[in-house]
Amino acid sequence: MTFVHHFLEGHAASAPQRTAVISGGRRYTYGETAQAAARVAQALQAHGVRRGDRVAILLDNGFEAVAAIFGILRLGGVFMVINPQTKKDKLGYVLENSGAAALISAQNLQHNWQGALNETPVCQTLLVAGADRDGMLDGRSLLSLNRILETGAVTLLAPGTIDYDLASLIYTSGSTGKPKGVMLTHVNMYTAANAIASYLELRAEDRIMCALPLAFDYGLYQVLLAFKVGATVILEKSFAFPVRILELMVRERATVLPGIPTIFSMLLGLESLGEFDLTALRLITNTAMALPVNQISDLRRIFPQVRLYSMYGLTECKRVSYLPPEQLDIRPTSVGRGMPNEEIWLVDEQGQRLPHGSTGELVIRGSHVMRGYWRDPVTTAEKLKPGPLPGEVILYSGDIFRSDDEGYLYFQGRHDDLIKSRGQRVSPREIEDVLYKLAPILEAAVIGVADPLLGQAIRAFVALRPGQQCTARQILAHCREYLEDHMVPKEVTILESLPKTDSGKIRKTGLAQMQ
Amino acid sequence: MTDYKQQLRAYIAENFIVSATTKLSDGDSLLDNGVVDSTGFIELMGFLETQYGIEVKDAEMIPENLDSIANIDAYLQRKLGGS
Repeated sequence: MTFVHHFLEGHAASAPQRTAVISGGRRYTYGETAQAAARVAQALQAHGVRRGDRVAILLDNGFEAVAAIFGILRLGGVFMVINPQTKKDKLGYVLENSGAAALISAQNLQHNWQGALNETPVCQTLLVAGADRDGMLDGRSLLSLNRILETGAVTLLAPGTIDYDLASLIYTSGSTGKPKGVMLTHVNMYTAANAIASYLELRAEDRIMCALPLAFDYGLYQVLLAFKVGATVILEKSFAFPVRILELMVRERATVLPGIPTIFSMLLGLESLGEFDLTALRLITNTAMALPVNQISDLRRIFPQVRLYSMYGLTECKRVSYLPPEQLDIRPTSVGRGMPNEEIWLVDEQGQRLPHGSTGELVIRGSHVMRGYWRDPVTTAEKLKPGPLPGEVILYSGDIFRSDDEGYLYFQGRHDDLIKSRGQRVSPREIEDVLYKLAPILEAAVIGVADPLLGQAIRAFVALRPGQQCTARQILAHCREYLEDHMVPKEVTILESLPKTDSGKIRKTGLAQMQ
Repeated sequence: MTDYKQQLRAYIAENFIVSATTKLSDGDSLLDNGVVDSTGFIELMGFLETQYGIEVKDAEMIPENLDSIANIDAYLQRKLGGS
């Protein structure tokens, strides 16, 4: 059986005293973590949450989030980790779209979730960290998560989960501007974690420093990978205070650091980086885009003992490729070849398989490929198409790659107009919709432009209504009101009017050159 | 002794999330309340350096100095010898 929660429960049975999580200055063993998860499961079950029900998690990285994820899985539920920065309107959409039975969040985020819940009947049960007592809120049951995590014995009804069931929905940007829920089964996630742990050669002695948000699948999998091999994950909510992260890595002798180029740039920008004793570090992983060549040499100089992995993936199957560290000098701009237990190839516009040395759309075949998008059969059919065996589907990534003679992949761009920034897909339409909410804006267009650190940087071009005033700064502040930070444009350019096609639509080609 | 809190509040309201700023107390965490994100702190430090002519050293980039209006105010008082 390939259940994701068995990662935790297996080690909780065989090595209960081993440290699973370090968070908020505390250490939690595998035994404690499994017990906390079971308590969350029991509380949800007592409030009617059943196998197949979706449960949303809106929490910063920390022990509570881990207990929530594994508690939901334990009772056969489907967990959805949502970025805690998600603003009211979008959060309301995601909760409503998923039909979540419950929400697990915190009091300091109440200004977000309370507003989002006003408009929808979903989430009849709320588990709230920081709430000092149980009660009712607008007709919903509100339970103190702190109390649940501290309450004694657990008696759970066996949910009857099978590994073909959904384990998670991960919402990701879609070209329509509305987020889509990627449906992942236990088999999907188990398969991906297995393959990744094997090529990274992770082991029980590892201590993984994770300050990537768990709502980003790259962050989430740091927890799954650690639990897969019985290692320790050190959780911090962000890289906002890099010195704190480095101090923690020194104190805990961290061995693995997953990051993206913007994070490595911030760390490499610290004059005092060399003063931190990071000799325990043995592995640095990077995803989203190939590491810039100067970062490769800087990371090597400062951490000569570290193996550097460049990787690529998409939420719909988690991970696709990795570049073996010894290939980094030979093909520094490649994101590697397929990982174990999957088949990948490039196709032309007719879907015909292309030989090595071609350019085309990447397709992926394997048991890590998602089941589709939640309640969206049309988009699902565009991405999942019939594969070689009867009844099977393969994933069309929408990413265009070039391959070299040995099949190593080089990212070229997107098939659609989605932007890839900081490793996450961003919908221009979603940002344009937000821009149009600002009264003075008459026209808006958002594009991605090549950026050595971000992959693509988000640039917005707007034209104002006649007689209206608005500064780029005000427009950016407006964007921050509605968008998570990775979706806020890096730059806003105000033009007299935006270029149009003959039919009067805004023309995006050539926009990047306009000042 | 100069009180920097009003200036800081005005800067944050103009550059970050206005609606969150109105309810923000001087002691509230900017990060936990979703007012400033990790990129935002880099901008905030840039503002402090240009506006007040200070240099934020690596070791000073910690929440105790930067993660609330009161903390930034106290940090500026120390850096500028205002108290």
